[in-house]
Amino acid sequence: MNHPIVKKKKLNHLNYLIRVKAPQVAERFQAGQFVIIRMHEKGERIPLTVAEVNKKEETITLVFQVVGKSTLELSSMKAGEALLNVVGPLGNPTKIKKIGRVICVGGGTGIACIYPIIKAMGRAGNEVTSVIGAQTASLLILEDEIKKASHQTFVATDDGSRGYHGFVTDILKRLIHESTAKEIGEVILIGPAPMMKVGAEVTRPYGIKTLASLNTIMVDGTGMCGGCRVFVNGEMSLTCIDGPEFDAHEVNFDEVIRRLDMFKEKEKLALENYKKKEKNHENRWKKGSHEGTAF
Amino acid sequence: MREQPSEKRIQNFDSVPYGYTKEEVIQEARRCIQCEGGPCETHCPVSMNIKKMIREIVRGRFEEAFFTMKKDNPVPGITGRVCPQESQCEGVCPFHQTKNGINIGKLEAFVADWAMERGIKEEFHIKEKPQKIAVIGSGPAGISCAVDLRKWGYKVTLFEALHKAGGVLQYGIPEFRLPKKVVDYEVSYLSEVGVDVRLNTFVGQNITFEELRRDYDAVFIGTGAGAPLFLRIAGEELKGVYSANEFLIRVNLMKSYRFLEYDTPIVCGKRVGVIGAGNVAMDAARCARRLGAEEVHIIYRRTQKESPAREEEIQHALEEGVWLKELVSPKKAEGSSEGWLEELELYRMKLTEADQSGRPRPVKIEDSEFRMELNTLIEALGTTPNRLFLNRASELEVNQRQLIEVDENMKTNIEGIYAGGDAIRGNATVILALGDGRKAAQAIHEYLSEES
Repeated sequence: MNHPIVKKKKLNHLNYLIRVKAPQVAERFQAGQFVIIRMHEKGERIPLTVAEVNKKEETITLVFQVVGKSTLELSSMKAGEALLNVVGPLGNPTKIKKIGRVICVGGGTGIACIYPIIKAMGRAGNEVTSVIGAQTASLLILEDEIKKASHQTFVATDDGSRGYHGFVTDILKRLIHESTAKEIGEVILIGPAPMMKVGAEVTRPYGIKTLASLNTIMVDGTGMCGGCRVFVNGEMSLTCIDGPEFDAHEVNFDEVIRRLDMFKEKEKLALENYKKKEKNHENRWKKGSHEGTAF
Repeated sequence: MREQPSEKRIQNFDSVPYGYTKEEVIQEARRCIQCEGGPCETHCPVSMNIKKMIREIVRGRFEEAFFTMKKDNPVPGITGRVCPQESQCEGVCPFHQTKNGINIGKLEAFVADWAMERGIKEEFHIKEKPQKIAVIGSGPAGISCAVDLRKWGYKVTLFEALHKAGGVLQYGIPEFRLPKKVVDYEVSYLSEVGVDVRLNTFVGQNITFEELRRDYDAVFIGTGAGAPLFLRIAGEELKGVYSANEFLIRVNLMKSYRFLEYDTPIVCGKRVGVIGAGNVAMDAARCARRLGAEEVHIIYRRTQKESPAREEEIQHALEEGVWLKELVSPKKAEGSSEGWLEELELYRMKLTEADQSGRPRPVKIEDSEFRMELNTLIEALGTTPNRLFLNRASELEVNQRQLIEVDENMKTNIEGIYAGGDAIRGNATVILALGDGRKAAQAIHEYLSEES
């Protein structure tokens, strides 16, 4: 079954949003879960974050950052075109219950992932404080949506171009200092692994329950390949079927971070090759129209 | 059987055997003396009418030979290539004693390919029945169960978690041993006879087992044993360490051996170690050679004699320059500061009295540690059923190895729920899974006939 793209939006020069028809996922998705898509017959299986679902329209909204060949190609797809496969929802949903005060920390594209969790936590009667951040103001996504869904929102950018000049984890630290540990029921971290690693260290001394949603490399997403293995409290777990959320204080982030670049060289090669091919294609197209032979 | 020479074949992923010509296949079939009682047939897990197939081949009646096979075996093009014939049909051929048994597997593959090239298919009239059956998993067990039930007129829905049907035939067995063209052809037959194949549907996750129980009159579980086992030694988090499943899924299902044309990458170093000596280990080692590894070592705690791999696979691997390191067992892996695998430390082993499997038990030799420089390590230790499915179908009775318990009719402890293949056997063979699927189909047919 094909999955037509019904809407596409460029959020900034790195992040894109696509809304895709995927009735099965729309019907069953819960906050914290993800999907795996394939664009075409030769495509990779790409795990992606679901920012929103619309059950009535049977659509899911995916937000992604262009990091390599596959995401660059995905960003070039237009509304009306279709993804070949969407499988999901995958992974375990976030445990949503009334806890009291919850701090949701989202960095970069992780903001899209934490957005449904913020909404669900709010609906469950929690007081949700959101802390979102990006390298720079132009890369900050979903700010208005997050503000609307949260009781309080703090914004940080690495270069100070918007909100606090610094990291989201600095704000997290301040929030903890300003309250008593008891007051904060739970902290959820979603973003680049180094950010989650620092976040875990911020909350550790206070014993605040902290969850991190991992974005490891995976292939099938069904527990078959073991490529997404992580070590949690010294035990091997699979991000796809045991996660993606784990107790942030028990995750060995150094290993998670090191494993992320396993295919870096190959990915670079694929990206260069794709860009070259696209350029040739463009040139041929231009040349053809100049000579008036293309049509 | 003529084969691609080893120095040539490690440069490609094409089939190793060239396959028979028409003349060759008839010549091979003529050697059969049509033994009384047909030991080859009684040793075939699906009791294929092998003698008749051979008689038809001798007469050049390939179409008849094809339909003879098809009666008992829905996927002869596959079993002809991957069955362990030496311990089944060919193993009991009287000529086998002189190492010259009739090459039944290759005859089977020839006839199946001949029919595929000509688009010759079984045609049957389906008398529709109202009952609906769910089949979970599109591997060999699921395929045979689905096809049989459909022929009897049941409405069959086949659920597959991945984007392609075929299970282990698709993701596990490499192209050079089982061309994917053959798998795709056999799988396409499912849709042709009206099986509703639902890809990208992970039962237990995207649709619950309870829903299937509620919405279908019977369920067959052919979920296989798809979860990899790890040694649980230090260093398994290093980059360059793979489960054989991941390595083979990348290569076979995602076609990373054609990287850049296909998007999924694989990193395979120059020095590769493969832990284990079963068929999967041989497959991984041979893939690694084809991906450009200069040295590939099978790392095995017993010796070649005890290896569970097919003789043919071991020979093929050795011909392709794979080294067999016997009586060694990994202790730990070590890597660079960037987290890349660099070295494997191993113990030397010795064999002692036989264990439960009947094979001599390997034990460590004290202070025998030594090191091997490696940049890729592939763990082929066997697989186990997917725990996600079992956790979410918790009423199902399983044994200590997490294999689903069934009775002699493949029925589980739950009424109307049947299971077969690797989900009940662990790491077994394609042909045993086919047999299970078939037997379960028969039992489901009887169960639903009684009911109505």
